[in-house]
Amino acid sequence: MGVRSWIEGWPVYRQLTGTDPLGRGTAAESAGSRALTARTDTADSMARSVCPYCAVGCGQRVYVKDGQVSQIEGDPDSPISRGRLCPKGAASKSLVTSPLRQTTVRYRRPYGTEWEDLDLDTALNMIADRVLAARDETWEDVDAEGRPLNRTLGFSSLGGATLDNEENYLIKKLFTAMGALQIENQARI
Amino acid sequence: MLPDPNSLYGPLDPAPDAGYENAPPRMGFFTDTSVCIGCKACEVACKEWNGVPESGLDLLGMSYDNTGALTANSWRHVAFIEQPRTAGHLAAPADVLGAPVDTGSDRPVEAGPQFLGMPGAQPPGRGWGAEGRTDFRWLMMSDVCKHCTHAACLDVCPTGSLFRTEFGTVVVQEDICNGCGYCISACPYGVIDQRKGDGRAWKCTLCYDRLGAGMTPACAQACPTESIQYGPLDELRERAAARVETLHDRGVPEARLYGHDPNDGVGGDGAFFLLLDEPEVYGLPPDPVVTTRDLPKMWKRAGLAALAMAAATVAAFVGGSS
Amino acid sequence: MAEAHPVGFQWVMEAKRRGAKVFHIDPRFTRTSALADSYLPIRAGSDIALLGGVIRYILDNELDFREYVVAYTNAATIVTEEYADTEDMHGLFSGFNDDNATYDQSSWRYEGHTQAATTQDSETQRETAAGLENESHGAPVGGETERDETLQHPRCVYQILKRHYARYTPEMVERVCGIPQEKFLELAQAWTENSGRDRTGMLVYSVGWTQHSVGVQYIRTGAIIQLLLGNVGRPGGGVMALRGHASIQGSTDIPTLFNLLPGYLPMPHHANHPTLAKWVDSIAHPGQKGFWGNARTYGVNLLKAYWGAAATADNDYCYGYLPRMTGDHGTYQQVLDMIDGKIKGYFLLGQNPAVGSAHGRAQRLGMANLDWLVVRDLFMIESATFWQNAPEIETGEIMPAECRTEVFFLPAASHVEKEGTFTQTQRLLQWREKAVEPPGDARSELWFFYHLGRVIRERLATSTRPRDRALLDLAWDYPTHGPHAEPSAEAVLLEINGYDVTSGRPLASFTEMKDDGSTAGGCWIYTGVYADGVNQAARRKPGAEQSLVAPEWGWAWPANRRILYNRASADPDGNPWSERKRYVWWDAEKGEWTGYDVPDFEKTKPPSYRPEHGASGVAGIAGDDPFILQGDGKGWLYAPTGVLDGPLPTHYEPVESPVRNPLYRQQANPTRKVYTHPINTLNPSPPEPYSQVFPFVFTVSRLTEHHTAGGMSRTVSPLAELQPEMFVEVSPELAVGRGLTHLGWAHLVTARAAIEARVLVTDRLTPLRVDGRIIHQVWLPYHFGFEGLVTGDSANDLFGISLDPNVLIQESKVGTCDVRPGRRPTGPALLDLVADYQRRAGITPGQHAPAVTEDNEGKEHGAS
Repeated sequence: MGVRSWIEGWPVYRQLTGTDPLGRGTAAESAGSRALTARTDTADSMARSVCPYCAVGCGQRVYVKDGQVSQIEGDPDSPISRGRLCPKGAASKSLVTSPLRQTTVRYRRPYGTEWEDLDLDTALNMIADRVLAARDETWEDVDAEGRPLNRTLGFSSLGGATLDNEENYLIKKLFTAMGALQIENQARI
Repeated sequence: MLPDPNSLYGPLDPAPDAGYENAPPRMGFFTDTSVCIGCKACEVACKEWNGVPESGLDLLGMSYDNTGALTANSWRHVAFIEQPRTAGHLAAPADVLGAPVDTGSDRPVEAGPQFLGMPGAQPPGRGWGAEGRTDFRWLMMSDVCKHCTHAACLDVCPTGSLFRTEFGTVVVQEDICNGCGYCISACPYGVIDQRKGDGRAWKCTLCYDRLGAGMTPACAQACPTESIQYGPLDELRERAAARVETLHDRGVPEARLYGHDPNDGVGGDGAFFLLLDEPEVYGLPPDPVVTTRDLPKMWKRAGLAALAMAAATVAAFVGGSS
Repeated sequence: MAEAHPVGFQWVMEAKRRGAKVFHIDPRFTRTSALADSYLPIRAGSDIALLGGVIRYILDNELDFREYVVAYTNAATIVTEEYADTEDMHGLFSGFNDDNATYDQSSWRYEGHTQAATTQDSETQRETAAGLENESHGAPVGGETERDETLQHPRCVYQILKRHYARYTPEMVERVCGIPQEKFLELAQAWTENSGRDRTGMLVYSVGWTQHSVGVQYIRTGAIIQLLLGNVGRPGGGVMALRGHASIQGSTDIPTLFNLLPGYLPMPHHANHPTLAKWVDSIAHPGQKGFWGNARTYGVNLLKAYWGAAATADNDYCYGYLPRMTGDHGTYQQVLDMIDGKIKGYFLLGQNPAVGSAHGRAQRLGMANLDWLVVRDLFMIESATFWQNAPEIETGEIMPAECRTEVFFLPAASHVEKEGTFTQTQRLLQWREKAVEPPGDARSELWFFYHLGRVIRERLATSTRPRDRALLDLAWDYPTHGPHAEPSAEAVLLEINGYDVTSGRPLASFTEMKDDGSTAGGCWIYTGVYADGVNQAARRKPGAEQSLVAPEWGWAWPANRRILYNRASADPDGNPWSERKRYVWWDAEKGEWTGYDVPDFEKTKPPSYRPEHGASGVAGIAGDDPFILQGDGKGWLYAPTGVLDGPLPTHYEPVESPVRNPLYRQQANPTRKVYTHPINTLNPSPPEPYSQVFPFVFTVSRLTEHHTAGGMSRTVSPLAELQPEMFVEVSPELAVGRGLTHLGWAHLVTARAAIEARVLVTDRLTPLRVDGRIIHQVWLPYHFGFEGLVTGDSANDLFGISLDPNVLIQESKVGTCDVRPGRRPTGPALLDLVADYQRRAGITPGQHAPAVTEDNEGKEHGAS
């Protein structure tokens, strides 16, 4: 930076020579203010999404910078919500970036008093073991009159109202094929 | 260039006065409290966009308001006012109160004098009519920095941190602010505030960064019912006047505007309101005046005093040397 | 609505701007009330009395939309003379069976009909929540009926309705609901005045309405009013359910529910559905009108989507692989079974029953008695940490070192970290694009269940056991992508949509489905979402560039229809009822139905079409029968079958009520689902003794600032700070009576639990005068629990378990309690307090009030 531009950047110089003799506007504008941009403008990408809270289904735009969600706001194109969000929808960025979010598998062994770490693949395999064991131990081929039952009542599931249709479809398909009837969600509650 | 004679008081278009040539129209907020549902989306959307930190986890008991006030950590604040519309409830007649709170019997319970201030209605089902509790009113208002035409915070800022933007709004430049705190006592609305552990002054920027990108401020963008409207101030003032008229026609005579008048003590607010009751009810000052109104006079007096002082000093020296 | 669905409420404000009058009915004055033109406080649990009053007002003053009612509803249909009404039976209908507390529905049938042979008995229907199947089609009834279109026949539905609601007078509404007659009449008048040819009125409920022992009948009462006023199938009309979770509609359409398969096909019952043919007949009901005639097609396509090449005509498309129900396998039965040690494992998928389900203590004790528990969530919720932090730790009921439950916490991907569709409350599917990768070990459910299935199938690969065939034959080969081998959600959506098995071409409509195995489709009502190979749910043409119907934003089932039964928006001749309310109409020149929406009718079937005698299925639907999924093509004012607690909604008191039913001797819903498990203690209600031990009514609901059990809001700082603490709202009168102070503490006690909360004294709660007594109601948010940034006792701990008989949803919007000043006791003293209340109320574990109220001193008012 040359001396001249340094001087020109000096607020008092700008105040005395510019259009803002009281130094309350252009003359007072800082370098930071001059460089200000909306981070939605500088995002790497934007995904069209839907609010995860209630069932109104408000449109959301999810802005991403450097692989991180940098802003979530209402999608003005949505004929349902017209760009608006309630406090929960407006808090979606805080939801998905919350420091309280668990990002690793946690394991509590029987009679344990503390959480332990567990590898995801190990956890998946341990769960498969337990599902198969419970299924075998409680399998019912037929009822008392010999009519088919093809089922297990040994384990159950609750959830789905916050999940995607595609996810619920796979859950129901797998549970049904396992003979696992006891699958429920918030729609019953 | 000479400053406008109204630079410190009276009607003024502030951006050109602050040196912006070809300034865009002055932008602002019109907050229509008659359609506010108190959802607080504005508070959250503001915090999300501006990275405003948490302002405390206290149950305040001020109806559904747990924010309390505009602070360095709350740039939008939704006030809730629970309001029985008719007077005369205070002495709830005990004979019809008849609350069977203990046993389900009809034993009446006395409403003690300690209960003043909690307006007890007659039990519904008796004397419901005009004094019934269905006439209860729950007022909600999303408050915000007023972005005054004459912004005392800006005028007293010794560092040039507070400045007037080309949109006519008032913004703290956090890269300049040194935390002196002069602005805080200067604000006639008690809006601008020092952040603990940071020391700098913070308040609504009217999303200066979004405005620059042609976007709507986060609060107005989120507001589900268009209670917070953003736009050129002239248009907003027209729209607000029409809205008041509509409400008057629809039997809401109490609707009135607040902060819309360029001739008021702050030269009109860049963020003004439609209220359904007196400003005090919402915690707003009824007649705010820019605290630097008398600055020219003060300067004049200070100048005279300084001259007198100088004269006296000179006289003293002269006298002394004589 | 402003409180829990603020963004949806913008449309109410829009309507208000255009002059609509808004009434809000709620036990407490909410943010919705603040914006309504009129607010009616109501005693929780008395809505049928209020709405029944509106029905009576309409009928007495002949304010129904007569042309609509005669043509489109079953008002003219004649009912068998065997039918006896609650008027003559002290609040019961004919056909009540004391042995199992259910109705034999045969005496409710239409004249000249026989009960369909495939209808299951009422007890089986209750155990299997069979009412849910009716979400997409009416209950079984034959298509041809005897009618008296003058509505004068004493046994026509119109006259039956008139008699049934005769005692629901304005005075009775005031006595039961606590709503003053003037306020009631203001509502009834506005509702009727704003309905008809030129105007429509809309009824909006939030799904707290479903959480009653008579929840289904609540909604039916609303539907009766809307049918009488001609407000169904028309723009600005309808009964609008505001559902509370992003895809709760989707999770019933593609159900994670025990009794349903995708598209509302029933899960087979071991006794009633032994073969594919019997199962199909039980759905299609031969002889019935409407689109359910094609049930075999829908069923075969599902089986084909599940079992692919293995599903052939020779093996009935693997129908035999489906597990069979034997009774109630619902979530509350499961919890009681957990307590009894019958269930070993439990998956929780974005759900937090420790806080969100009724009887929280039973939920937590159940989980503490499992072998293993898998929790998949974004946050460490109460249901994952019950073994560490539950209130039962303090009382000594759960001791970590003695609790054997093995807990796996698996972090889940958030809505921006995966792609897929949500189905919102108006049946609209919207596709979400993925924004970022999930952090760390977080994965989608799609990933978890796909890979769990893959591992399980690998383990069983060499098995020859018959029980494993369903797993090994399963079509489970979804393409995957990315570093974690994420399955393709679009591939799953395509399977849901359906495709031609040979060519793979996506089906455009369920009418393209075949029942011979040449097409496969996982959810027939969603067919069309992938029409033309395009993900229609991902369409985002800006609303501003479309009509108000916005048909090119997302995709609605069925067939992208935005208003169901919209044939009713035209008169019987096919013309709009009025220019103002023009929506779908018959274009005589082109010979087709047209309009702003996709017509909900066969496109070229003229209004003049009349079916031949004996026609069934789609051919049985006349050109002026808009209700094309009903067995008789009519909107049902009266339900001749399928609603287990009666053909007409009737006011029964909540299971826990401080008052005797002012309308009938019968106190509560006689057919409610009862669990006599010892943990399920219920507060006594009149005429049982000691009801005064729990003198107050409590109700719970949501705050704008929080979401359900708090897992997605108490963990999020900008929300947590807005409502930072558990509180109870009480009226000033109750505060005086109970010595409660603003911001002080109070505790509430029921036969299940005692919880504490800070007190908000507010005029928004008001005492009501009910049947000559003052009834106090208190309100609590149900969002709080013991984890998160802000914590508090859980309101749902207060509830017992009593269910609606039709859908097995619990009564968790109303109960009775005591309210005391100060904090609750802690540790074992807390159990002592509850035990003391149980003793004072004469409660013996497992003992419940009889289904039928026998008290002869019970009041009979109104019609006598």
